[in-house]
Amino acid sequence: MSDHEYIPSSKFGKWFNDRLPLLTLGKHLTDYPTPKNLNYWWTFGGILTFCLITQIVTGLILAMHYVAHADLAFGSVEHIMRNVNYGWLIRYVHANGASMFFLAVYIHIFRSLYYGSYKSPREIIWILGMIIYILMMAAAFMGYVLPWGQMSFWGATVITNLFSAIPLVGESIVTWLWGGYSVDNPTLTRFFSLHYLIPFLILGLVVLHIWALHVPGNNNPIGIDLKKPSKDTVPFHPYIVIKDLFALLIFLIVFAFFVFYSPNILGHADNYIEANPMVTPAHIVPEWYLLPFYAILRSVPDKLLGVIAMFGALFILVILPWLDTSKTRSAIFRPLYKQFYWFLVADVLILGYVGAMPAEGIYLLVARVATAYYFAHFLIILPLLSRKEKVLDVPLSITEPVLGGSVSMSAVKQREDKL
Amino acid sequence: MKKFIVFFFFLIFFNSTTNTSFSAEKAAEPMNPGWSFKGFFGTFDRASLQRGYQVYTEVCASCHSMKHLSYRNLSQPGGPEFSVEQVKIIASQFEVRDGPNDDGEMFDRPARPSDNFVSPYSNDKEATAANGGAYPPDMSVLVKARKGGADYIYSLLLGYDEPPEGISLDDGVYYNKYMAGNKIKMSNPLSEGIVEYADGTQATEEQMAKDVTTFLSWAAEPHLEERHKIGFRAIVYLIIITILVYFSMKKIWSRVESEV
Repeated sequence: MSDHEYIPSSKFGKWFNDRLPLLTLGKHLTDYPTPKNLNYWWTFGGILTFCLITQIVTGLILAMHYVAHADLAFGSVEHIMRNVNYGWLIRYVHANGASMFFLAVYIHIFRSLYYGSYKSPREIIWILGMIIYILMMAAAFMGYVLPWGQMSFWGATVITNLFSAIPLVGESIVTWLWGGYSVDNPTLTRFFSLHYLIPFLILGLVVLHIWALHVPGNNNPIGIDLKKPSKDTVPFHPYIVIKDLFALLIFLIVFAFFVFYSPNILGHADNYIEANPMVTPAHIVPEWYLLPFYAILRSVPDKLLGVIAMFGALFILVILPWLDTSKTRSAIFRPLYKQFYWFLVADVLILGYVGAMPAEGIYLLVARVATAYYFAHFLIILPLLSRKEKVLDVPLSITEPVLGGSVSMSAVKQREDKL
Repeated sequence: MKKFIVFFFFLIFFNSTTNTSFSAEKAAEPMNPGWSFKGFFGTFDRASLQRGYQVYTEVCASCHSMKHLSYRNLSQPGGPEFSVEQVKIIASQFEVRDGPNDDGEMFDRPARPSDNFVSPYSNDKEATAANGGAYPPDMSVLVKARKGGADYIYSLLLGYDEPPEGISLDDGVYYNKYMAGNKIKMSNPLSEGIVEYADGTQATEEQMAKDVTTFLSWAAEPHLEERHKIGFRAIVYLIIITILVYFSMKKIWSRVESEV
């Protein structure tokens, strides 16, 4: 992995490292040359790793006290909240941790979109990231079912019913997923099992994601290839470690506000009502982080096409590196792309908003326009931009920009303002 | 950094807007009488909790269960904080079915502090049948299970009124301004002097509504005081360590001619 061979100083270290080169790996990680101009949007990788570990550790403890049974699940969550030592803290960290995880992952993804981090030679990192994202949504959805409240039950009913849209075998697939003819105890127990499994799949994929990252190295705000190591890079430790830690602490302050002072604001009140198959809530809404996809699903009048659109919205992200073929990575040097990028951000936020509203009247119309725009962005605008857009000159290095001037970023910004 | 904060506030705003305007029919905006347990340092008013328990047990508990609480909770710190002796007396006034004993028979015995609150009905079906087909919800987490929380419960208790003209009500249905659809199957539970407070407080409807809502808020979130206390310490700690790390970072990055 490393360019230079690492020799441990101690005798035991050498003996061990010859048999399992773990110390070489550690040295590789600390020495890893990182672009020195990374901004704070790049700190979310570390934050996400922290989120994953937090979810696994808190989840592990919750699983010791939780009972996956339709009659007992709701009560066992209340038992955790009331009788388990600091159970309320662990559960609120886990529940809000999911939201914080998604907040961070959305920032991470949109950072990648802005700076073109998905482009060659980083396609595999991007695809692994998308698989992680899809697994995260699956894990979060199943986790939301476990407290067996009204939203758990009806959310599970709505989402699993999506598969009934598949022609011919749809109904059979849904019965198979449920383990019966409705969402019931077998559904809950399998969701619990899968909810426990998926985080470890994610963990494995995160290792691959980081491994794939360490082959070409980090992208950077100006999106150029760097010589490594060089004057443009700093070793990961201590420079990036301390910066990631600082960003993580800021993130934790926000996290703590949610956990300690509004732990239920991101959830739905109905989920504190025990699941009741005989009573349907007035409006079934998923968690906030799934709302844009929910809006896409509901904006299509046909059920099957709606499901295809929803999964298509995810799949289209997977093939993004081949839709946007522009050689220039960073939006800093792509004035038109930059505008369309912000349109996309607005579009996704609008989709999220209408996803929370009843699918009728003006909301439905807005959802349809926003859905159409979402697909147009990836299928029409990006391929066209890749061919037609006039990009700005890109500096050759971070420290010695061809543009003249001192620090490359400010020089680029000035140049951009002039244009 | 500014963008972060904007994004964060957007998130909060976004969530507060997504949770509104869901009731199928217009219900009045709930009143807020001012709660001692809101805010960073919010704690429960101990006397109000004790009075609230009295209202609950004398009025609400004839229909509403509270099955996730135990009598011992009443003496725990952060709650009504009755003494252990008082809780033993409170518990002993209820009967629970226990067993089987050595003869294989079920028997009734007085409740102990470790027992869960005794429910007024033996099952949900019985509770529904006895209340005109409307299940009186369990009150353990009721405050968290309603949009508007404590404000909503408080308002609902005081929201009974004569129906406006043009609205006809069936038998056993009552008009309430704050209920979604304005129709509720619970009759007005509170009337002046329905309980006689042990501490001599005047039992007005507003007073009882406020006390019982405070009690229900505690029941739904028994560790609220502890949460507020730990939360404040955690955040102060995080802010201090963030500042320390910030200066360490500045120091380390001063070796590189690059901005952090």
